[in-house]
Amino acid sequence: MLIKLTGGKVYDPANGVDGEVRDIFIENGRIVSPDPNAKVAHEYALHGRVIMAGGIDPHSHIGGGKMTIARMMLPEDHMHDTVARTDLTRAGVGHAVPSTMLTGYRYAEMGYTAAFEPAMLPANARQAHMEMADTSIIDKGAFVMLGSDDFFLRQLAGKKDFSAIKDYIAWTMHAAQAIAVKVVNPGGISAFKFNQRKLDLNEKHVYYGVTPRDIIVTLARGLKELGVVHPLHIHGCNLGVPGGFETTLDTIKGAEGLPIHLTHIQFHSYGTEGDLKFSSAAAPIAEAINDNPNVSCDVGQVMFGQTCTASGDSMRQFVTSRSATPKKWVVMDIECDAGCGVVPFKYRDKSFVNALQWAIGLELFLLVNDPWRLFLTTDHPNGGPFTWYPHLIRLLMDKAFRNDMMQKINPDALKYSTLASLDREYSLYEIAIMTRAGPARSLGLKDRGHLGVGAWADITVYDDNPDREAMFTTPELLFKNGELIVRNGKIIKVVNGATHVARPSYDPSIEKSLKPYFDDYHTIRMDNFRLSDDEIINGGRGSLIIQPTGARVA
Amino acid sequence: MESEKSRNGANHFENVPCPFCGILCDDLDIGPSGNGLKVLKNGCVKSVAGFERPLSEPKPQIDGKDVTLDEAIAAAASLIKESRLPIFGGLGTDVDGIRAAIALAEKGGGIVDHALSDGQYRNFRVLQSSGWVLTTLTEARNRADLFIVAGSDIHKHHPRFFERIVCNEASMFADNPPKRTVVFLGDQLDQSAAKGKRIGEVLSLPAQPDRIAEILDAMRAMNKGGTISGDSIGGLPRAAVEDLLARCKAASYGVIVWAPPSLTFPNADLTVQAISEFVKEINLASRFAGLSLGGHDGATSAGAVCSWQSGYPLRVSYASGKPDYDPERYSANRLLAAKEADLLLWLSSFSPDIKEPASDVTTIFLGAPGIKPSRTPKVYIPVGTPGVDHAGTMVRVDNVVSLPLRQLRQSTLPRAADVLEKIEAAL
Repeated sequence: MLIKLTGGKVYDPANGVDGEVRDIFIENGRIVSPDPNAKVAHEYALHGRVIMAGGIDPHSHIGGGKMTIARMMLPEDHMHDTVARTDLTRAGVGHAVPSTMLTGYRYAEMGYTAAFEPAMLPANARQAHMEMADTSIIDKGAFVMLGSDDFFLRQLAGKKDFSAIKDYIAWTMHAAQAIAVKVVNPGGISAFKFNQRKLDLNEKHVYYGVTPRDIIVTLARGLKELGVVHPLHIHGCNLGVPGGFETTLDTIKGAEGLPIHLTHIQFHSYGTEGDLKFSSAAAPIAEAINDNPNVSCDVGQVMFGQTCTASGDSMRQFVTSRSATPKKWVVMDIECDAGCGVVPFKYRDKSFVNALQWAIGLELFLLVNDPWRLFLTTDHPNGGPFTWYPHLIRLLMDKAFRNDMMQKINPDALKYSTLASLDREYSLYEIAIMTRAGPARSLGLKDRGHLGVGAWADITVYDDNPDREAMFTTPELLFKNGELIVRNGKIIKVVNGATHVARPSYDPSIEKSLKPYFDDYHTIRMDNFRLSDDEIINGGRGSLIIQPTGARVA
Repeated sequence: MESEKSRNGANHFENVPCPFCGILCDDLDIGPSGNGLKVLKNGCVKSVAGFERPLSEPKPQIDGKDVTLDEAIAAAASLIKESRLPIFGGLGTDVDGIRAAIALAEKGGGIVDHALSDGQYRNFRVLQSSGWVLTTLTEARNRADLFIVAGSDIHKHHPRFFERIVCNEASMFADNPPKRTVVFLGDQLDQSAAKGKRIGEVLSLPAQPDRIAEILDAMRAMNKGGTISGDSIGGLPRAAVEDLLARCKAASYGVIVWAPPSLTFPNADLTVQAISEFVKEINLASRFAGLSLGGHDGATSAGAVCSWQSGYPLRVSYASGKPDYDPERYSANRLLAAKEADLLLWLSSFSPDIKEPASDVTTIFLGAPGIKPSRTPKVYIPVGTPGVDHAGTMVRVDNVVSLPLRQLRQSTLPRAADVLEKIEAAL
């Protein structure tokens, strides 16, 4: 069945299309270039509408144990936003840590067709995928966490052959069904278990004697040589620490030109100026990103209101727990594998620190020149729930609106930030890069994030409303694989999204070291640790998309 | 799969995950034996009882009379349709079973609760009011140098816990790992399993279970520099409590273990809270963690799946269409005792010791053979046991690791998930 979208203004940065009026044809789920005589079965007249590929969130905590701990912990947050089942959709709760099905519905209603869980512990991968399987409509994928797991640290400390380390990285990606690898407070989660309370970039882990810098370089080089498209996804040392920006600059320098992705960089851009020893260092961070084309980042913008922080960074979350609002929190040491910390948090616009965090995130957006290397995130739910994205887009596209919002925040905060002096307004083309084309390219999603012939027809149609918040809150139409899913911001059809994975090659003899390691030390056998394809597919409820990787080097 | 080898022409399974207690050991060997299965290696009293339960394939029944599965499903659906407030309880099943039960409860406008929620709520209340610092099985196994067992008969609940987590000879962090101290804080706790090369001192501090909180609160106060008067604290000699605090502070990684189902005295959640607050306090200077056990009969899976799908850890009502949460009001036991519910769908596929609540309410009973209703239900539907009759997934008690359950034999028993989905489709 041939579908025609007629007369819309198309923003398709992957193909260099900037607001041109074009027709788009869909057949069998993909964008096609039909025979001029082919019969159109259904036509949508979209004159004056804005058309983009479906949104892709490259960093959003949507599935896994820490999210379910957060859900269990915060009934009082859910109770403000409960949703009844309909004939089409399941019941659930929203706001800071939405239930799984509702997470999928709300992403789709916002014009998004994919979201990526960035902190999947290998030990928790099975549960993370079960939660993502219950996340309706959207495609998903996950970044598996390495760098504080004892197998890797033993390899590194024991100066194991680099190719064995690469085999282990690749084996873990297969076993956990991941598309990329993340490192969180490199080595620091493990160090915390040995009672180290901080671990700077060049500081030695008290037991293993390796530094975060060693860990970052090893993983980044490993992924590059394995041909994994998404570079090492780095949640750096010293998250949230005033002065932490210097660690971030050193991390960029220390990467030695290897491709790296610095995540929620807002939390890593704090200086120490002023009476409260807390200031914006967005300018030097943005300059470093602009100068180093091997670096990409996402922002982790802070939004005001109640949310819940949930992170693998047990070391830093233990410190953050002092500010828990409401006063309850969880920190866990996990399976000689990783850790987690769940701390509810309320960002207040009248708080100097929170207002400055908000300003720093916006500064980074406005100071980093290349939207292909900067992605729009709130680090859901850490900086705020993903449902804030339309508001955030308006802040970036509308200087007058941004000025109005600046009037509402703690005025002292603006003294320690350059935000008020920045006039940049994002274009729709740049927004399309930051929320679609850029994440798709960075993650290596073949045939996604663009509208060229051959792409899967994940397409969002917006009313070209000058109020960009309203525009991005309620898309007129959303197509997922060519099927109409959302009309005027409401779900009209529910489908099951797929799971994106990447499978770099490895020498299976790595299992000769892994099997006795599991037998001797773990409480799960290697064969049971590994997540099978059948578990994802689960009788047809899910599906796998294996994204291409480059050739392995050595 | 490499671990599935054939011996003498019959299936012999290695590395089999066991669903019959919350810690989900996955190193069992199981082979055929006559009409059933035999645990050949790494069994315990619970796994032997569960896996070796003879296979029988009874017919579904309505009012005690055999019917077809389709007739039973149709009858169950019409009971749910007519019900004013149905309860979907027991929930002794795997992840897919819970998923199907929640979907059915949503459509049927009922309440979701698990047979062992009273125990789990001793923890959930603490999570929802103050939180904790926890560890997991592998972490404790390799790292802990001090174990404190708090008021819980761990060996009875988890017959292999000591063998696997406390007495293990190998440790990741030392070739000759140091001996461990084990403290039994509580009276009449079975200490017999704390033995072997790794076990150093075993201390017995026979506190009354309902005074453990008092002892931990005092230790927390002392650690903050507060003064506690009197020669005894919580019924223990003051010196013993001071000594315990000193050991906690000196430990490189202390772990305090409890099993919520053991804490059967009133307001036991406050004891879990005292444990958790003490652990937080010690962590200000050194490392320490809690380890909560229990989680039998799919309780952990039920709490987790219900939380990710509804936002709430069980005790959710879908009567209004929206998930409505109230850990008091929507207790299945309370609703039945108060005659507020008019239908009980009960699902139990692991332990015959778990009984449906005493009530004369109309009951739909989904049970694995060997799990007998206490009274003749209106509708009886036999179902398979996850990990025996069909594959599945369960969440381990630490809420981190999940295990893939295996099908070990052929039977005609349906998956509970499939039965529940068919009932839902018939509504």
